[in-house]
Amino acid sequence: MDKPFYHALKIDEELCIGCSHCMNSCPTEAIRVWNGIASIDEDKCIDCGECAKVCPTTAIYVEEDYFDNIFKYRYRVALIPSVFVGQFPENIKASQIYSVLHKLGFTHVYEVERAVEVLREAVWDYQKEYVDEYPIISSFCPAIVRLIQVKFPSLVDQIMKLNTPSDIAATFYRKKLTDQGLRDNEIGIFYITPCAAKIASIISPVGIEESAVSGVINSNSLYNRVYREIKNETGDICAVPEPTVIHDYKLLWSLNRGESRQAHGRTLAIDGIYNAIEFLEMVENEEVTGIDFLECRACSQSCAGGILNAENRFLIIERLKKRIERNNQKTSDYKSSGIREYKDFLASRIKLGDIPSRSMMMLDADMLKAMQKMKNSQKIEKELPSIDCGACGAPSCKALAEDIVKGNATLSHCIFIQNKLIKNNEINLDTALGIIRNIWGNRSVK
Amino acid sequence: MEFEYKVEGGDFTNAGSASSSVKKTLKKLNVDPKITRKIVVALYEAEVNIVAHAYRGDILVKISPEQINITLTDEGPGIENIEQAMVEGYSTASAKVREMGFGAGMGLANIKKNTDQMNIQSEVGKGTVLSFTNFLS
Repeated sequence: MDKPFYHALKIDEELCIGCSHCMNSCPTEAIRVWNGIASIDEDKCIDCGECAKVCPTTAIYVEEDYFDNIFKYRYRVALIPSVFVGQFPENIKASQIYSVLHKLGFTHVYEVERAVEVLREAVWDYQKEYVDEYPIISSFCPAIVRLIQVKFPSLVDQIMKLNTPSDIAATFYRKKLTDQGLRDNEIGIFYITPCAAKIASIISPVGIEESAVSGVINSNSLYNRVYREIKNETGDICAVPEPTVIHDYKLLWSLNRGESRQAHGRTLAIDGIYNAIEFLEMVENEEVTGIDFLECRACSQSCAGGILNAENRFLIIERLKKRIERNNQKTSDYKSSGIREYKDFLASRIKLGDIPSRSMMMLDADMLKAMQKMKNSQKIEKELPSIDCGACGAPSCKALAEDIVKGNATLSHCIFIQNKLIKNNEINLDTALGIIRNIWGNRSVK
Repeated sequence: MEFEYKVEGGDFTNAGSASSSVKKTLKKLNVDPKITRKIVVALYEAEVNIVAHAYRGDILVKISPEQINITLTDEGPGIENIEQAMVEGYSTASAKVREMGFGAGMGLANIKKNTDQMNIQSEVGKGTVLSFTNFLS
């Protein structure tokens, strides 16, 4: 039996007003409203965070580790992606940011993108080896990997079976520290995440047994801590073991075209979950041919658009590019972290195992039953108004029809049907109001 | 279960709508993703064939737990030499069609590759009936 899927997106029932914005924005139709509160179907959720983006009351939040959890470890590594640094205004030097991270309690700071140095070559080798499964779809974005598992099961074999920079970086850094004589169980590696999907992929990883990352801290909460310190700073910069001067393609890996520009052959980069869905539909039909490598990212502007970034995505990109320009002028300062020397050690970790499909589209596992349910749901759909008003607590008339045949809703949830039932004296007004109250809670019918 | 679709010749913008719809249905019926993929690829090729070569056509999709059978009937110029049309890379597509990225001459060969049974009958000047079947177990 599969392990249950962990999701980082949670709903605060105190804050949720059951407004259904999230329900209407979910690309996998995983959300329903019941009792005036949104609920997420764990099998369908891919942790893309579209729901959190539109929530007007911030009731949808991303669960993170308490900051003080880092102190459970004697050695505390902050694993930071470039977009974290990109949030800060240009006049704040990376060394300043890392210095504050030390002050806050981290003993080491390591940049995720340094792992790209070994990953890029692995991508080239992979492209040479897997010539039949075209296009190769990047495994970088965990929301996209989950989207393919759930909605495009026939494409799972085309996902590039290579690990992400963050896990490779964590594996390397842990090994490097233990080689220096530190004890493995005293090392805590904390990934600073720009999105919910990354957290889910660390707690319920796909293609590996266990992540090398020990915990996750949300980008925005750490940004607040760091920025506050910088604002109050006295100016003294403490020693930083590995100062950054990454000045090339590596720093841009998580942005649009970061991977596709480096991969061989004809490549394409897609960002935004709906753009990705549209394109993957075409890939699945083999409507598009001749593409060798496909970079797909759930967020608009890739990781710069992660829902946990405190800063605007376009400013992050602009600032990162400027940092590269600046670092380019002092390339002599660039110190390798030594990851290349660990290439052989990392080789087995870079390769991912099987990525199973877990299609959540089916009406029933048994085909005969599924056919019957489909016939019924089509019949029900014809009775529904097809205006997708959402008053039933489902995102569309089609979704309601399918919920009904799966036994999760009844026809009377539709307000148009209710009117008909009242007219025919099959239910009275009180019953109808009761149904509305069941769906939308006491707030809805006062 | 049966589903019917109509295809208009020359309407490249909508080519693929029948295959997308059939794909959604097969996913809901929990058909093995690998078999679904083959059927959808074959149907897409066949759909594009009608759009590229014929005036109009009808698609009939029959689904049972044992097999999926799809029949495409078109009004069009018909195929003069079916054997030749089956050869990979052979194409009668016009320059305009090729410009749009279609007409590589892989259509019929690709359909055969992705299906368990395939039958094609054609009358020059009248039209073509293409039928294929994939077994589900």
